[in-house]
Amino acid sequence: MLALGVPVIGFVLVAMSGRVPNLRETFTLLTALVTFACVAALYPAVMRGEEVRFALLEVMPGVPLSFRVEPLGMVYALVATLLWIPNSLYSIGYMRANHEKNQTRFYACYPLAIASAVGIAFADNIFTMFVFYETLTLSTFPLVTHKGTTDAMRSGRVYLGILLTTSVCFQLFAVLWIYVLSLGSSPAVESINFTVGGVFRDGLAGNRIDPGIVGLLFFLYIYGIGKAALMPVHRWLPAAMVAPTPVSAFLHAVAVVKAGVFCVIKVTVYVFGVGTMQQYGLGNWLLYMAGATIIVASLIAAFQDNLKKRLAYSTISQLSYVVMATALLTPLSIMAATFHIVAHAFGKITLFFAAGSVYTAAHKTQVSQLDGIGRRMPATMIAFTIGALSMIGVPPAVGFISKWYLIRGVMERGEISGTHLDEIFVLVVIAASTLLNASYFLPIIYRAFFKPLSDEDQKHPHGEAPMPIVYALCFTAALTLLFFFWNKPATDLAEMVRRAVS
Amino acid sequence: MELIRHNLPALIVVTPLVMGLLTSIIGRRGLGWWMAMATTAAGLAMSVQLLVDVLSQGDRTVEYLMGNWPVPFGIGYSVDPLNATVLLIVSLLSAVITLYARKSVASEVPAGKLNFFYALWLFCITGLLGITITGDAFNLYVLLEISSLSTYTLVALGKERNRRALTAAVNYVVLGSIGACFYLVGVAYLYMATGSLNIADIAERLQPIYASWGTEAPIYQKTVITGFAFMAVGLSLKLALFPLHGWLPNAYTYAPSSVSALLASTATKVGAYAFIRVVFTLMGVGFAFGRLHTDVALMLCSGAAILVGSWLAIRQNNVKKLLAYSSIAQIGYIALGFALANKDGITASVIHLFNHALTKGGMFLALGVVMYRVGGTRLQDLRGLGRKLPLTMGAFTAGGLGLIGVPLTSGFISKWYLVSACLEQGRYELAGIVLVGSVLALVYVWRVVETIYFGKREDEVTVREAPASMLVPTLILVGASIYFGVDSSFTTHLAGEAADFLLKVKP
Repeated sequence: MLALGVPVIGFVLVAMSGRVPNLRETFTLLTALVTFACVAALYPAVMRGEEVRFALLEVMPGVPLSFRVEPLGMVYALVATLLWIPNSLYSIGYMRANHEKNQTRFYACYPLAIASAVGIAFADNIFTMFVFYETLTLSTFPLVTHKGTTDAMRSGRVYLGILLTTSVCFQLFAVLWIYVLSLGSSPAVESINFTVGGVFRDGLAGNRIDPGIVGLLFFLYIYGIGKAALMPVHRWLPAAMVAPTPVSAFLHAVAVVKAGVFCVIKVTVYVFGVGTMQQYGLGNWLLYMAGATIIVASLIAAFQDNLKKRLAYSTISQLSYVVMATALLTPLSIMAATFHIVAHAFGKITLFFAAGSVYTAAHKTQVSQLDGIGRRMPATMIAFTIGALSMIGVPPAVGFISKWYLIRGVMERGEISGTHLDEIFVLVVIAASTLLNASYFLPIIYRAFFKPLSDEDQKHPHGEAPMPIVYALCFTAALTLLFFFWNKPATDLAEMVRRAVS
Repeated sequence: MELIRHNLPALIVVTPLVMGLLTSIIGRRGLGWWMAMATTAAGLAMSVQLLVDVLSQGDRTVEYLMGNWPVPFGIGYSVDPLNATVLLIVSLLSAVITLYARKSVASEVPAGKLNFFYALWLFCITGLLGITITGDAFNLYVLLEISSLSTYTLVALGKERNRRALTAAVNYVVLGSIGACFYLVGVAYLYMATGSLNIADIAERLQPIYASWGTEAPIYQKTVITGFAFMAVGLSLKLALFPLHGWLPNAYTYAPSSVSALLASTATKVGAYAFIRVVFTLMGVGFAFGRLHTDVALMLCSGAAILVGSWLAIRQNNVKKLLAYSSIAQIGYIALGFALANKDGITASVIHLFNHALTKGGMFLALGVVMYRVGGTRLQDLRGLGRKLPLTMGAFTAGGLGLIGVPLTSGFISKWYLVSACLEQGRYELAGIVLVGSVLALVYVWRVVETIYFGKREDEVTVREAPASMLVPTLILVGASIYFGVDSSFTTHLAGEAADFLLKVKP
């Protein structure tokens, strides 16, 4: 469980070395590398199907803070820690070039957030997951409000308000409800630990719990995980755009929203159980809610002129892909959901890096200002193009693969269920959103490469962004492409999740 | 040694009383604090020893007879897991806050009155410890008055800073006296029915009375019910249960910083303890909750306390007052816990007595530092102090997270048990209120936290970090409140013992 300890040590080191920026940034990068190494070291054990368990301490009698490494959590932990490396590199370039203040606080919060992310990934019970879910929210708050302006504070309030309110009022309620149900001699719920096949099976079979209550708990959980940004609790995500770009990338690709959709998958698979939910028909509303979110968010994105806002709404719609795939409740669709966490992370981090790069080099934030910028910043805009293609789901970007699995998941569901209304709806949503994605990403690329520079821009020559930024975004863009051809670790892990489900 | 150990229950109350008297008659300035410090430290040691003794007993009780007069003729002190825990809370908090008080009090109270202050301080602690330990209903009233009278004066001593301390104190005197009188009237009614003043004895003699009520010839029915009603209302006033909380906000706000901390962390806790004792040991749950349905009234009041207290806290601009209203909400949590009358509920109640004492005590101490260094506790006085007083403000923030009930703070443990207890009873709406209360707490805490870290100061004053004698106690309390959120085995064990004890004696 070094993976959890290393970032915490990193936090202490970073916080203490605030006077010496170079040392501080070395520590940041070092922590990122070592954390990733620690997580990656667990990979072989997971592939061998070994149990890696670790109980940190017993917070309350019968309610321990404990961890267990399993394939699904491994996917999320790997993505988060891997992408933290380019993210740190990028932050260094960005923060220096833009002369941001309070950099020590900034760098100190990152390792705490990553530690929380790893905690969520490897949580063994719903209590542990909730604890780290909350610490992730709190540790990212100073990052979101980094600028300290009135605007930043207002957005910070929305961010914290929505995330904490939903998690306390809904998620904690569900956690405690399940905990209370798990007490007693013949409990309705097996335990609060994550269990393959869900914890309600025996209780439902023995008529100790009403399916309606399970459905209600599922509802509480889905909306208790505000980080998944399912409408109508998505408002925090565009609000958080006030943060510096590395933070946006961190929120969107590395830790926060990924934690949300990861929790949705994890809870569906290991608390409620895919089989149970299918049997009692519990997840259907979610399919439609997620579908609606995809379409509505894409439509809103198409009308945003602010580049980061457009990306934010694109994230909301992409997250609902994961949620929708989960709600399909077939082994293949769960695999698609798992895989899409990875695919979206690579693509989105590239897009945000590119947006931040444009801001650093040219101080532009609006889509309409981007005419001809591709010629001045070729590396950035090529990376942006790759990320955008991945969002749309065009080969050879990795987004295509998750869409492929998703459609196969729909087919699989079609074989199981009798009526095909749900499947048709999902296919229509996929088709429509692909078109919408294309309609709001392609014009940006067209502007950047094919339109001439405006007269105003002619007078202000600029080149590429500083080197750390360019390296970071080339790295993630390369990952996006490379992953299309070589995605064995992710598919293997997702495959293991699929086997566990079926 | 054996003599001391045998007489611990008496010594724990008598020591501060005698030392308080001594403090008031000696003339040397500066000696007052040393005497108070020595006394409270000794009190802490004694209550720890007493707790160990109680938990090592098979029946979990230690009885003590004053002057060896047998009960019900003499005054009997009886210690069980519940009041041993409360004793620990009171003596721990009073020791830590006394450690802190020296500089803070010297800056807020005129030098000529310092010995007087510490004498009252010790009397107040005497009363609180006495209420907790006594097994005699009338003796409880006497000690209640000792603590209340000294508290009124302690609050009034805040007048050097702000003259509104005087009106706050008068307000408190009036309501506090009504509360104490009501309690006394209640005791008188019970005496009329049972002819006894010893709590255990009254409880025993009430059994045949209760038994007669179902029959043709009920005896003392109205007397007992009226007596209980008076006691319940009187004690609700003391513990500031909504809507009888009117005295609390101003008293907390305008009292000297150390007094606010002491009151917030011990006085209302002892009031809550006395209420629990009356309901569970004196009257019996079967009567108070089963027959009279006081639990429903309590749940209503505490639910309202949580919502209204938090709501009013959001609207305050003086941070001390904000914390005072937050205390009203937190008292709601405590009352809600024991109103549920199941194991998790009482556990939650007792845990929260402990956790909230640490958290709120720590936060008031942090505010005391602000008062000491900046000279005010309005929201604008706290602007941008995050940089100037990093440790103090860090402690305040950590305490605030505890009030919200963020995981890994002690507030979360309380909330976990409380919501579990609500759900076990099937009271989903109460569980909802508790959780909404956390969200409201988030709003009022965050207003302050934002001001501390992101507020801009117009005046560029140089503010130094707190002196060590003030900083260390603050950090001890807040550190403890975090520690008991990460590893709650100590508090949950104690509270579980207390809950078992109370539920076992259910008639």
